[in-house]
Amino acid sequence: MKEDPGYYDYWPYENRPKIQWPNGAKVAFWVAPNIEFYELNPPDNPFRKPWPQPSPALPGYTCRDWGNRVGHVRQMELLEKYGIRGSISLSTALCDHHPEIIEMCKERNWEFFSHGIYNTRYTYGMTEAQEREMIKDSIETIYKHTNQKCAGYLAPALSHSENTLDLFAEVGTELFGDEAGIYSCDLFHDDQPTPIHLRSGKKFASIPYSLEMNDTIAYLVQKITPRRYGKELKDNFDRLYAEGAENGTIMCIPTHNYQVSNAHRIKAYEEALEYITGHSDVWVTTGKEIAQYFLDNYYDMAMVDIKSKNKKYGNA
Amino acid sequence: MATLNDDYLKYPERSYGMDHDRYEWSMLQNRKAVEWPNEKKIALWVNVGLQFFPLNQKGIPFKVPGGMTKPYPDLRHYSLRDYGNRVGIYRFLKAFDNYDITPTFAMNTRLAERIPYLANTIIERGDEIMCHGFDMDKLHYGGQDPSEEKELIKMSLDRLRNLTGQDITGWISPAKNESENTPDILAENGINHFCDWVNDDMPYEFNTKNGMLTAMPLPTELDDYFIINNNLHSAEDWADQVDDAFEFLLQESKSSGGRVLGLNIHPWVLGQPHRIQYLERVLEKLGSHADVWSTSAVSIANTWKNQQN
Repeated sequence: MKEDPGYYDYWPYENRPKIQWPNGAKVAFWVAPNIEFYELNPPDNPFRKPWPQPSPALPGYTCRDWGNRVGHVRQMELLEKYGIRGSISLSTALCDHHPEIIEMCKERNWEFFSHGIYNTRYTYGMTEAQEREMIKDSIETIYKHTNQKCAGYLAPALSHSENTLDLFAEVGTELFGDEAGIYSCDLFHDDQPTPIHLRSGKKFASIPYSLEMNDTIAYLVQKITPRRYGKELKDNFDRLYAEGAENGTIMCIPTHNYQVSNAHRIKAYEEALEYITGHSDVWVTTGKEIAQYFLDNYYDMAMVDIKSKNKKYGNA
Repeated sequence: MATLNDDYLKYPERSYGMDHDRYEWSMLQNRKAVEWPNEKKIALWVNVGLQFFPLNQKGIPFKVPGGMTKPYPDLRHYSLRDYGNRVGIYRFLKAFDNYDITPTFAMNTRLAERIPYLANTIIERGDEIMCHGFDMDKLHYGGQDPSEEKELIKMSLDRLRNLTGQDITGWISPAKNESENTPDILAENGINHFCDWVNDDMPYEFNTKNGMLTAMPLPTELDDYFIINNNLHSAEDWADQVDDAFEFLLQESKSSGGRVLGLNIHPWVLGQPHRIQYLERVLEKLGSHADVWSTSAVSIANTWKNQQN
């Protein structure tokens, strides 16, 4: 076990070379709806229990099922209203269970990225070969159902191994060359994209996917009120927009159709979306477009800057 | 680190629809619109949990939310729950009558037996009583011995029916927790509608070995206990969330047909002197709103059922 995952170097937020988003935007804004399938009877994983109660664990299972039966359409219509294309963090088994949802997202030209097979199957305890197979299955499933070459990864239920990012990038390359496997949402260390070291040396980026703005973290962990969540979204945006005048930032709202779409929560969310998209210098985009733009235009510059700063100050 | 057997990467239920056969997969937007009587848009279902939390709880297979948390005898939690049945409930009843609300009462059978005065008060009102299981420590759970559970359900229903003189066709399990057999046993015992599966905003058909049940939408996340005691929001925040939910559902009903607003409330939570005004604020608005049909769970279930096919 390592003391540091080794994916990135220290890179101070001040005095970085400037990132300029398309059309002079200050903030690249993306919404990542997690569309997940949780199994009623998942197999045991010795490192993590899928449910707190013995099966059938209705409290968790049923509210997530609600998200797919009721909540998805509500959020989808809302995002459409504000010209936002979702970047779906997808439990790829959902392609088999609920293809209607996949079709609706395809019609709207949304992005699909991999969030594993099920959100009740964890990476913990997988051999490298098993994890590779799981990732490959998820990327192939996305391609088969959507024709999209999966660009991004968020590990299922945020369960990782030491190899997760390497494997995702390698399997992407093996299947589709440099078009697939180019970004990760698994790291929460920055408000800008950062280059990631991989054993393959592939150009690869970490794209900010804010856990703090994540509705499930806000509602289940921090237990804040819906109106407070709406205010935090606006506050988060205001600061990133102001800082973005100096150097382009990224704001991500990661959501879950079973949280944010509840009748008592969706109004506050809508107000925040209306506020954010009502600003002129916002690039409303997808995770993949941000990653590709960064890799094409700023990755090399970032690498040079990181290297020179670490050299100058002698960071180990 | 231990490694996983390759079976962990096999997904036997990975196919169209649900990973079980309890109900058909369908999205709310694809279903036939429902019309409530007199062109009302929102069926308001105010559901009051009348509960008995035993002091000597066993906590099998887990401690029920709202149950005792301190070493025996946990007088602190026991007596505060009792406060609801002695004091808070009468504030509720007054509010229901003042604001023209038709409540439904989900009652533990053991509570009805223990406090005949309260049981009779509810019986005389003529409101629907649902069975809320035997008491708050008699959980239904996965792996429970089926004969034990059968006996528990039969006893809970027989005794409550006897005591109230009502048919009792509705059910909520304590903590909305079930075993794999609960719905089958409920259907076998004359239950028609139940509210343990919070996976929809409208009623839907639920398969059992003994015929269909109607699954009813009673959202946990608008529950007063969940918002106030679990999320630690204020009673005013609870009222704001109900307001936002109501306004949203009303808007949605204009394009998608009738909707249900299910409010699950407890007299030991919202019946407190500093909180009751927020329940009153909600009931005053909903009770006088032209688009609201305040009614019982059974009438929502039956009205919905009559419009299927």
